[in-house]
Amino acid sequence: MTDTAAAAAAPDTGPDTGPEPGTVIRTRGLTKRYRGGQLAVDGLDLAVPAGSVFGFLGPNGSGKTTTIRMLLGLIDPTSGTAHVLGRPMPAAARTVLPQVGALIEGPALYGFLTGRDNLVRFDSADPTADPRTRRARVEDALDRVGLAAAAGRKAKAYSLGMKQRLGLAAALLQPRSLLVLDEPTNGLDPQGMREIRTLVRELAGEGTTVFLSSHLLDEIEQVCTHAAVMARGRLLVQGPVAALSAGARGRLTVTTPDPADAARVLAEHGATVLVTDGDRVSTDAPQAGVELGDVNAALVRAGVRVRAFGVERASLEDAFVALTGEGFDVAG
Amino acid sequence: MSQAELTAVPVSRAPRRALWSLGILRSELATTFRRWRTLSLLGVLAAVPVLIGIAVRIETGDGARGGPGGGGGPAFLSQVTNNGLFLVFAALSATLPVFLPMAVGVIAGDSVAGEASGGTLRYLLVAPAGRTRLLLAKYASVLVFCLVATLVVAASALAAGALLFPVGDVTTISGTRIGFGEGLVRAGLIAVAVAVSLTGFAALGLFVSTLTDSGIAAMAATVGVLITVQILDAMPQLDAVHPYLFPHYWMSFTDLLRDPVYGDEVARNLGLQALYAAVFGSAAWARFTTKDITV
Repeated sequence: MTDTAAAAAAPDTGPDTGPEPGTVIRTRGLTKRYRGGQLAVDGLDLAVPAGSVFGFLGPNGSGKTTTIRMLLGLIDPTSGTAHVLGRPMPAAARTVLPQVGALIEGPALYGFLTGRDNLVRFDSADPTADPRTRRARVEDALDRVGLAAAAGRKAKAYSLGMKQRLGLAAALLQPRSLLVLDEPTNGLDPQGMREIRTLVRELAGEGTTVFLSSHLLDEIEQVCTHAAVMARGRLLVQGPVAALSAGARGRLTVTTPDPADAARVLAEHGATVLVTDGDRVSTDAPQAGVELGDVNAALVRAGVRVRAFGVERASLEDAFVALTGEGFDVAG
Repeated sequence: MSQAELTAVPVSRAPRRALWSLGILRSELATTFRRWRTLSLLGVLAAVPVLIGIAVRIETGDGARGGPGGGGGPAFLSQVTNNGLFLVFAALSATLPVFLPMAVGVIAGDSVAGEASGGTLRYLLVAPAGRTRLLLAKYASVLVFCLVATLVVAASALAAGALLFPVGDVTTISGTRIGFGEGLVRAGLIAVAVAVSLTGFAALGLFVSTLTDSGIAAMAATVGVLITVQILDAMPQLDAVHPYLFPHYWMSFTDLLRDPVYGDEVARNLGLQALYAAVFGSAAWARFTTKDITV
């Protein structure tokens, strides 16, 4: 394609025709090898759909933060490309980053400045931020994270939770198309965590795409529509949360004083991996199409005294363990 | 393709950005000068001329009279008792070799590395401050600190000199007499010359600051370089390299007190400082714009 043809096509198709429309973050073969030779991120192909709340999961040391830093132009990839809001990073940082709010590896503040002045400082660093509306936007952001009352205090006197809120406020200084939040609930008490989750849902409701990294699986499960799982620098899986946890089958558990009989009946109905633990017999949930009521009726007909009968839906944690095969430990 | 990207950038933003890019410099200055560290450095610098003035006053008050032209101590010290204005020159001579560059080394060394160790660097960069723009703002604010620090020394010396000693016509190094007003102008020129003398070292400090993520390490390394170079500059065996050492022409400011003003060494000093600023400024830029920000 010649330059003139590209320029002619640009007004219709947007500045970059690389990523498909509706994708806020798109990486292809994104790789980072640090100078020591350590491969932190290995051939990452990530696609974050617009409007999603995207959970980015992985044990500590799996490459999440390195990926986030590459997306924000702080680290140059060794190879591969990353597009954020349809533009290549880090080349288009100047036009992309004003539309992106970020909380990276915890908040960082000037302890000798007040909370309010910290926000003024970060806002002044953005050349696209209008200084005439700065004060108002700072107050709005403080309000939004519930820090308005403590805004005049020096940041060094803030608790970890307050610092975290101030970091979030810095990410909310302008209307953003994308929020990148790295462990946003770290250091918060349960009440604070709930508030942040509500805030994330609120922002998502306004149309902001939220890219949320966490090691708390239930947090991801509660707020995210999509998720991706990383381990040892590689992307294991990505997709809608419902689909991910559906991938791991739930467990059917029968509690009975006659476990041996129960196991026999279940096996007759095609149950595969049977585990008997005292008075509890559990197995992989039967395939779709098998009516659970029939299984229970068969148990009762065979004289098994059923105390409890139920399917536990697979959690994201089950999916995660199934994927990594190792649980949620620090990668070596 | 790149042409297409350029044309697609919203045009309305361009003029605004030019107008507002000073915002980061203002913010940088406010942040620098609101730190306790900066203020206490300036406080120490302000105290030095006062201490010199009081010491000279006590010495001469005893009637023991330090002896005209007594060899020791900074230049101009012997003339202070006759004319308080000379305390400005004496104080600048006394602080230029160590105190002033040390203060500049602390501010310059901390400029980037301090933000890195505090973690605020990553938030400035995703704001996005822009690496070149942030570095320029950092260097500009260090230069402002050079000027402010020098002016603090000069102003404090002028005040102390006027309070402790008589003031009047100034005898130049060449032996001619100039009026007090003219003397004040010369003092102002000298303060600017001293501030400019620090610009090369400031660029060096900025470069060191881009090399590490520890503010303390950068400050220590910058001040270490200063001391090392000062020692090298004092070793006669290294005569050949002396003209290339940044402090070599620092004392050239005394030439501004000749009549007529002798500008050769002053010009050489300016050239050397510009060279250091260019070399280490470029090195700082090359390093900072390609650095992986991992803290």
